[in-house]
Formats: sequence, C-alpha cells, structure tokens
Amino acid sequence: MTPLRSNLDTASETYASNRGAQLQLLARLDEQLELVVAGGGERYLQRHRDRGKLPVRERVELLLDPDSPFLELSALAAWGTEFTVGATVLTGIGAVEGVECMIIGHDPTVRGGAMNPYSLRKTLRALEIARVNRLPVVNLVESGGADLPTQADLFVPAGRIFRELTALSAAGVPTVALVFGNSTAGGAYVPGMCDHAVLVDRRAKVFLGGPPLVKMATGEESDDESLGGAEMHSRVSGLSDYFAVDEHDAIRLGRRILARINWRKLGPRPAPHPEPPRYDPEEILGIVPPDAKVPFDPREVLARIVDGSDFDEYKPLYGTALVTGWASIHGYPVGVLANHRGVLFGEEAKKAGEFILLADQTDTPLVFLQNTTGYMVGASYEQGGIIKDGAKMINAVTNSTVPHLTVIMASSFGAGNYGMSGRAFDPRLIFAWPGAKLAVMGAAQLAGVLSIVGRASAESQGKPFDEEADRKRTAAIEAQIEAESHSFFVTARLYDDGVVDPRDTRTVLGMSLSAVHSNRVEGRRGFGVFRM
Amino acid sequence: MIRKLLVANRGEIAARVMRTAHAMGIATVAVHADPDADAPFVRLADEAVRLPGAAPADTYLRGDLIIAAARDTGADAVHPGYGFLSENADFARDCAATGLTFVGPSPEAIAAMGSKLEAKALMERAGVPVLAGAAVTEDTDLAAVAERIGFPVLVKAAFGGGGRGMRVVHRAAELADAVAGARREAASAFGDGTVFLERYVVDPRHVEVQILGDTSGEVVHLFERECSIQRRHQKVVEEAPSPAVGDALRTELGAAAVTAGKAIGYVGAGTVEFVLDRAGRFAFLEVNTRLQVEHPVTELVTGLDLVQLQLRVAEGEPLPPEVIGASITGHAIEVRLYAEDVPAGFLPATGVLHRFRIPELPGIRVDSGVTDGSVVGPHYDPMLAKVIGHARTRHEAARTLARALQHAELHGVTTNRDLLVGILREDDFLAGRTDTGYLTRHDPAALGAVEGDGVRQAAAAALARQARNRRTARVLAGMPSGWRNVGGPPQRVAYTRGEQTHEVTYALGRAGLHLEVDAAPLGGSVRLLSAAPDAVELEIDGVRRGYAVHTVAGVSYVDGADGSAALTEVPRFAEPDAAALAGSLLAPMPGAVVRVLAESGETVAAGQALVVLEAMKMEHTVAAPVDGVVAELRVGPGEQVVTGQVLAVVDTTAGR
Repeated sequence: MTPLRSNLDTASETYASNRGAQLQLLARLDEQLELVVAGGGERYLQRHRDRGKLPVRERVELLLDPDSPFLELSALAAWGTEFTVGATVLTGIGAVEGVECMIIGHDPTVRGGAMNPYSLRKTLRALEIARVNRLPVVNLVESGGADLPTQADLFVPAGRIFRELTALSAAGVPTVALVFGNSTAGGAYVPGMCDHAVLVDRRAKVFLGGPPLVKMATGEESDDESLGGAEMHSRVSGLSDYFAVDEHDAIRLGRRILARINWRKLGPRPAPHPEPPRYDPEEILGIVPPDAKVPFDPREVLARIVDGSDFDEYKPLYGTALVTGWASIHGYPVGVLANHRGVLFGEEAKKAGEFILLADQTDTPLVFLQNTTGYMVGASYEQGGIIKDGAKMINAVTNSTVPHLTVIMASSFGAGNYGMSGRAFDPRLIFAWPGAKLAVMGAAQLAGVLSIVGRASAESQGKPFDEEADRKRTAAIEAQIEAESHSFFVTARLYDDGVVDPRDTRTVLGMSLSAVHSNRVEGRRGFGVFRM
Repeated sequence: MIRKLLVANRGEIAARVMRTAHAMGIATVAVHADPDADAPFVRLADEAVRLPGAAPADTYLRGDLIIAAARDTGADAVHPGYGFLSENADFARDCAATGLTFVGPSPEAIAAMGSKLEAKALMERAGVPVLAGAAVTEDTDLAAVAERIGFPVLVKAAFGGGGRGMRVVHRAAELADAVAGARREAASAFGDGTVFLERYVVDPRHVEVQILGDTSGEVVHLFERECSIQRRHQKVVEEAPSPAVGDALRTELGAAAVTAGKAIGYVGAGTVEFVLDRAGRFAFLEVNTRLQVEHPVTELVTGLDLVQLQLRVAEGEPLPPEVIGASITGHAIEVRLYAEDVPAGFLPATGVLHRFRIPELPGIRVDSGVTDGSVVGPHYDPMLAKVIGHARTRHEAARTLARALQHAELHGVTTNRDLLVGILREDDFLAGRTDTGYLTRHDPAALGAVEGDGVRQAAAAALARQARNRRTARVLAGMPSGWRNVGGPPQRVAYTRGEQTHEVTYALGRAGLHLEVDAAPLGGSVRLLSAAPDAVELEIDGVRRGYAVHTVAGVSYVDGADGSAALTEVPRFAEPDAAALAGSLLAPMPGAVVRVLAESGETVAAGQALVVLEAMKMEHTVAAPVDGVVAELRVGPGEQVVTGQVLAVVDTTAGR
C-alpha cells in the first residue's frame, strides 16, 4: 500500500470558494439534464401515456436489472442547437440480466423520435462504443425516421447504423430490437439488421413504405397492420422473432433474450471487494479552482477516486508537471496520467511515452486526467526538440492498444488534448467535468494571437491599424472562443461522451472500466519499452 | 429402572419428554407418521420408528404398531404425552401385558376417568362438588333430561378432551342435532361416540389442579392453573396461579383435587378440572389422566420437572420432599402459538415455516415442535409451540411474554401471534378479569389487530431487496445502488400484504434516500442508516428503528419494533397467458381437413380441438386459443388448405 496523503484544507476559504463555483456549474448542468429528462415536454408525454405507451426512460428502467447503475452517454447532445437537447435519443451502458449492454432508445415524445444529425452522431457513437468494447446492443425502437428537412446531413451517413449493427453481429456481439412503435422506411432495417426482434402487438409498425406511399407507388390499398404489424411479422414475414402482447411483455422478452445469449466478457475480472478511497469524493469540488489559470494537484483528485487512495507513482521526481502512476479503480488495475501544472515539457512527454509503453507491456488500461494548456513553446524548447518529444508521446498514445479512458477535468488546449488521449485518439470513453474548457488554445490567447497577426499584416501592407475595431474584434473573438470552449458546447457536438459530476468520477470510471473489460485487454507488443 | 423410553407422541410434547429423559440418562425412541419424518422430535430421539401413513388413526393411534416399535427397539417404557393414546386404558393395559412400563396412571384409573359420566358419579360419591348432568343413550328422552338440568346445556363426549365433540345448546330444538353431531365427532376422534349432557355454567373460569400420586398411595396437589381464555373450547392462554384464587380457595381446591385423586388411587401426574363461578363456587368437571399441555406453568412456579416426576413415579419411587413441600414462586403464563388465521375464524393455516425464532428473554421458555423449515400440514393439531413467561408478578410475566411474541420471527405460516400479544396487553386480562367468555366479549380480530399499516415494513423490504440485488449482481456490483448520471424515474417495487398492495419507489443518491410508499413519504425526514439483505435501519423523523428482513421465495418477512408484515413481491413482468394470440386459427401447414369438431356459434374453451388436418400422413389438431364463440368456420371436411389459411375465427367478446 502506498496511500496518498491529502493536504486539502476543507476549512479554507479557497476550498469553500472552489466548491461554491463548482456547485454553480453543477446547478447549470442539472438544469440542462432536467430538460433532457423532460424530453418533448409535459403535453407530448401525456399524449404518449394516453396511448398506453411508456416514456423511453421508463422503458429503460424496466429493461435494466433492478437497482443496477446506468451510465447515460452524450446526454447533452444537440445542446445549444435548433434541436432539443438530448437529440431525441437516449444511449447508455447498463446491465440487463447481468449482461452489460449498450442501450439505445428513441424518445418518441420529441418530434416522434425523428432522427436529426445530432441523433445520428449520438447513435453512431453508441454503436462505436458497443463495437470497440463488445457490448451487446438493445435498441428500444420508436422513431418516425429521418427528420426530413435535415436529410441532406443524414441520408448518406445514416446507412452506417445498419452497417454497425450487422458488423456487431458478425463480431459475435448480439443485437436486439424491441419495437414499440414506428420503425418505418430506413428505420425498418433496425429490427431487420438485429439478431433478435420483438414487436409489440398493434403498436409496432415496421414497413418500408406506409399505406400512402404504397398507394402512390403501386395503387394498392393497404393498412398499417397488414404492411408491418407485429402479428403479420410474427406469423407471416418472420421478421419478428417474438410477439409481445404489450410494452411490458416486449421488455420482458428482451430481458429473456439477454438472459440466454450465454455472454462471457473477454477481459479479466476485477479484484473482489475493492476498498473505497480514504477521502470523500465530495471534496473534489473544493479542489478544482474556477480559474483555469490556477493549477491544482491531481493527486488530491486521485486520492478521492482510486481504490484505497492507493497510488504508486512512477518517476515522481522527473517531469513533475505530469503525474504518472499505478492504481486500481473498482478492482480494475489502471495506469494514470494526470496533468499537474498544465504545460507539457519534453521531460513530461518522454515520461508519458515510457509510461504508456509500460502499460501496454502489462495490458494495463490507462486513465488520462486532463488539465493541460499544451506543449511548451519558446526557442529553447523548440531547440530542445519539444516537437519530437511531443511526437513520441502522441505516437505512444496512438499506437497503444490497451483501453484508454479520458476525463477532461479543466483545460484541454492544443496538442495537449491529443497527447492526453483526446477524442481524436479514440479513447474508449471520454468524459468532461462541467468546468472543462476545450479549444486549440485559450480564448484570450487566441484573440490576442489574431490581434497580433492582424497588426502585423496591416503594418506589412502599410495600412493604418484601427485600434478601436481591433479591440471590438478581439473581444468578440474571445467571447466566441470562450463560448465554444464550454463543456456543454463541446459535448453537444459529441466530442466527448458526456459531462459528469466530478464527484461521480470514480463511479463513471468504474463503469467504463467494467464496460471496456467486455473486450480483451491487450497492449501493443513488438518492441521493448523504449527508454526515452 | 427405565433404560429406554418410547415416546408415543409427536411435536413439542414428544421433544419435551425426550429432553427430560435424556437429562436423566434414559435413551429415547420416537415413533413418527410420514409427514413428521423430518420433525425435530424425530431427530432428537436416539432411535425412531416409522408409522406408515399420515392420519392419526393409521399412525399415532395405532397402539399395536407402537408396542411393536417398543419391542423392536428394546424400549422398556412408553410415555404417551397428551392426546392420542394418553388416556386409552386399553393401550395402557396392552403395554403392561407386554411388559412395558406405561408412564401414567393404572388402566383402571384411566378407564374410571375416561368415562366422564362414571367419573362424575364417582366424584359425587367421594364428596367432590359436581354439576348436574345426565348420560345420553339411544333411548334417552333428551327434552326431559335437559329440562331437569336446565338450559344452557353442554353436550360432551364421554371419552375425549380438547374441546372436540363439545356443543353448547341453548334451546331444546337444537338438542337432537347437537347430540348427533357430538356423537359423530366423538366417534371419529376418540373411537367412542358416547356423549352426556351437563349443566352449562355461563362464562365460568376454568380452573384445574395439578395432582401427583405415587405407588404408595400418596397424592399431593401442585396448586391450580387457570385456563379460562379459550376459543372453541380450545385453551389459548393458561397461567399459574389463578388471579381468582386466594389462599383459602386454593386450599379448598387442592383438598378437593386430592380427594378426587385418592378416590381413584391415582398414580402419576394428573389434572382435576373444575369450573369456578363468579361467586367462587367450584364444581368438578373431569380428571385428565395425563400430562396437560399447560403443565409448564406449574413447572415454572414450583420449580419442578413434572416429566421427571412422572418417570420417577413410574419407576416406583415415592414422591420426593420437594413435591410434598412445594410452594409457588412468582407467576407463569403460557400461550399456545397456533398456525391459524384468527380473523378468518381461527381457520388452521398450513405452509412452510421458513423461520421460527423467539427471542431469548429472561424467564421465557419455549416448548416447540417446529424449527426453521418445518412443514405445517393439515394432519395434526396446528399448535406450533407453547411460549411461557415466568416472572415475579403476573404483570411482569405478561409484559415479557408479549415482547417475546411481538419480536418473534414467524415466517411462512399465519399464526395467532397478534391475538396472543393483544390478549397479554389487554386491560381486562391484566386486571385478571378472565373467564371462558373472554374471547366472546373481546373480538379476537380486534384484539389481534396490529397498529401500523405495513408501510414502513414495505419500505424496509424494498431496501433490503435493493441490498440483495446489489450483492448478487454479476457485473457492476461495486457501483452505488441504482446510480444514474442523468435523472429519471426512481426504482420501483410493489408488494402485496393480504388484500393490500404497496408500491415502493425510491432513489439512493448523493442527497440520501428519497423513498415513497404509495406515493407518500414515510415522514418529514427519512434517513437510511444501513441496508443489508437481512436488516434495514431507518431513521424517520428522528426515530431510529431496525427491521429484520427475511426473504424466501419472493416473500419478505419484515419484523420491526413497530410490527411485522409478510410482503409478497409483485413480479415486475406479468407472465403472459397462453392466450396471447387471440382470434383467427390458421393452418400450420398445407394439408387436408379430416374432421371439423365444432359448429359455428358454438361456445368453446381454450384448448378445445376445432379442426383436424392431415398432412404428410400425420394428423394435426388445431385448437381454440382462447375461451369464446366460434364466429366463423371457413373449412369443411376434405377441403385442401394452404399454410396460413384461416380455418376458423374464435370471438372472445361474444361469449361475455
């Protein structure tokens, strides 16, 4: 045991003000999450219930094992866009009959569950997570299909949904469709491509073309039931494997299907009875300062995340702006890379590279805790080969094959985002805290750079430089970049898998680690560990 | 000297006799009917012999088989317990004839007291006060006899006990039926249908005196017991001493009992029963020539072991000095814990007793015939156990006994526990105002009504289930219970408790427990202090209570300081019935119609064959999927059909 010792003074003013600022951020997050839960709003929800239907969240609750946890993903998708926050679809990882599944459920109270470009990205991300981690997929289908005005952004990439579903099947990962309502046109391929389909009597409508389209195309008179009802598909077409008398029955059948897939996770099991951290995760809120310029010691965070607050630090005296070390979370061994003082120097980059190679050598998953302003700039660093050192780190991150999990705690700027396994480096799951900021550089720096470039350009062309216009432009750019760096803006675009409460980090990482262990956990082999 | 004792009985009394025998160094033999094969008394015995069958007449009443069992095991004595063969003079004689020591009085004494009529006459002659009465034969003029005795009249089996075969008759018109009924019952229960009539004292106290005689002719009494609280003539609560008996009356009763005992040369333990009216006058009722069910109260107040004394007397020893000079210390109350449904009219209850635990409290004695997992069947007396409290005073004994019962874990079988607790805490009982009309004046259902509505118990059941679900989870077991990173509906579980349904919704989050039962919170502030699969601690509005939760086969038995409840979990998903696909009957394959077995308009039941098809040399029956009326028959014999062709339509609505 090498327990971390916390130096956090919970009675200090800094602690109180940090905590206050975090609670404000969390209140704003909660507001948005309430909107997500509200879906299409009270009126549409009531209409849905009046039809004898369950809201998507109740469908999910019935599907999940009682009292089991559920890690919802991309909850704030489409935040700040013309579309309803949440993007008309719910995705997340939960246990069904003891099998961790990716659950994808349409919210029919939002525009009939119609799919917009954000819904598509959210669905595709969920399917990607299912594929790379080998999570069986349960689709809770009730969608009016494509949001037609946005078809130009949808039609071409949407085909990937069917491709992902059938690729999962081929990879030995079962897929299930529980059809509660409309699943027409392209949507009809969801039950079509899944290994198991359950259709609800008199509710499910699964056809390529509905009665009006059929009438237009061939002049044939038809009705919903004969074209795509559950009874027809159960008796005649055989598209439906199980006929469900109602929604509850469909969910019951879905659970029975999962109970019978004989599922075995391929990764090693966690150590039993992990110790909780010695320090209260609640205190994380008092660690993180609201001002991104103020660094904080990630060991304080680790002391509230890892099992028993037990952390064996690697190279503690070298490249000290990056903390690396070994720990376990909910019984899963992990290697941790956590930024300490924002900047990554050559030493930090080389230390990270070696550490990642060590993790790959021992098949140990990696957890990246980001708070980085990027790689150091300046003449002596450039001359010292910072690009080469950064490249080593990025090379190691890229080619490491152990699962990566990333949490953006605060800043995530520049190539630091890449080196610390940002979205583009395909971490298995990536989450952000509400105060996280993500951009090519800080808003003020970016606006300042543009201002300097503009001034230089004016000078070289011999034009007068309008100071007033520059001030306005700089302020506008700074505001724009600040807004675009906001964690909600970033998560809305699916650049992470969700904004999470910092106090939940241990649970989020624990569930993520359990999910990634559905697949094999194997590091890259070939070379030895380079001593850089 | 007795070396090996066969106990010709079952249940708690068999076990109780064996315990004393073992303490005295005597080996024991059990006999058991088939349903009792796994009973605790069988396990307790050194050896056991099976009596094939279940009915008492085939098993515990088969003296011949029991004597054979004694011979086969080398037993040299038989203890008959109570009931069954305990007051059967022939059995006692047969034992003696085969050289077995019968632990009880002489066959003559049993016979003399076995006929209640003869017993009464004998006692009357000996100077013991008796009630007016008369024997009934085939030619008795019932009306005349009843007129002489005066109504109300009690019709009683001449041979028997335990209230069976007894009837109270208030009007002459009911007499004939009552006599006939009592005869039938007596004949089936005791093998002798003789009955007699007796003056019925309305609401007397039932007071009995324990006597003990030895082979030298010495007979002493061990004071009285009061057993007034009865339902259907079955004793429910018994105590010693009687709150209605003072020193003078005690001396009188004791003297009358000893007179009665001496009149029949009584040897061993016996009981002389009296009725005691409000004026303090008493009259002889009968002598029970056996150990009584309620003997423990006498044991506790005298400090004597009556079974040990029975065995010593049977071995020919004289009564020891501690018996001759016995005195009463404190007060003892016994309750009979029955498997029965009190509100339903004391209907015997059956089932698996998943758990039987009575808390160990000072002065509490439990004589039980059951253990965790015992099956309570319909074959025998539904008494599970006797729970006896002994304390300095009557009030203390009642108080401790009530607590022991209230905190008992009695899971799986309905019991009269709540009634017993209700009696022990009721004012009239505590004031000593007890007589045989007690449970007529006090409605048993109301006495046994438990405060509280099972709501907190339902909450505890749900929280224990939650802990169990987490503990048994195959994946993600270490995560917080029901954790969500985005809000949503709470966890939900429903239970039924009798006719009631409780829906529990809850969420365990950073802010603690948020829980509602039937859409209402348990209190202004509710904290979950701990939750395990078998125990939950809740703090409601500042009051902390623990609940023990025991879950077997979907039923959670919750015991708390504020009451117990058996809660049956409502499955999350109803099992769909087979009639899921109503309506049309389709041909399952191509073939020819061989027979049509129904007509259009005919009412048919689910599963009824309607059409028989032949295909590939095999006959296939197409049956009605639901109850209904044949609305259409679209095919006739000889017709060729294709797969999916509609053969008939059954209308489910027309029939209703």
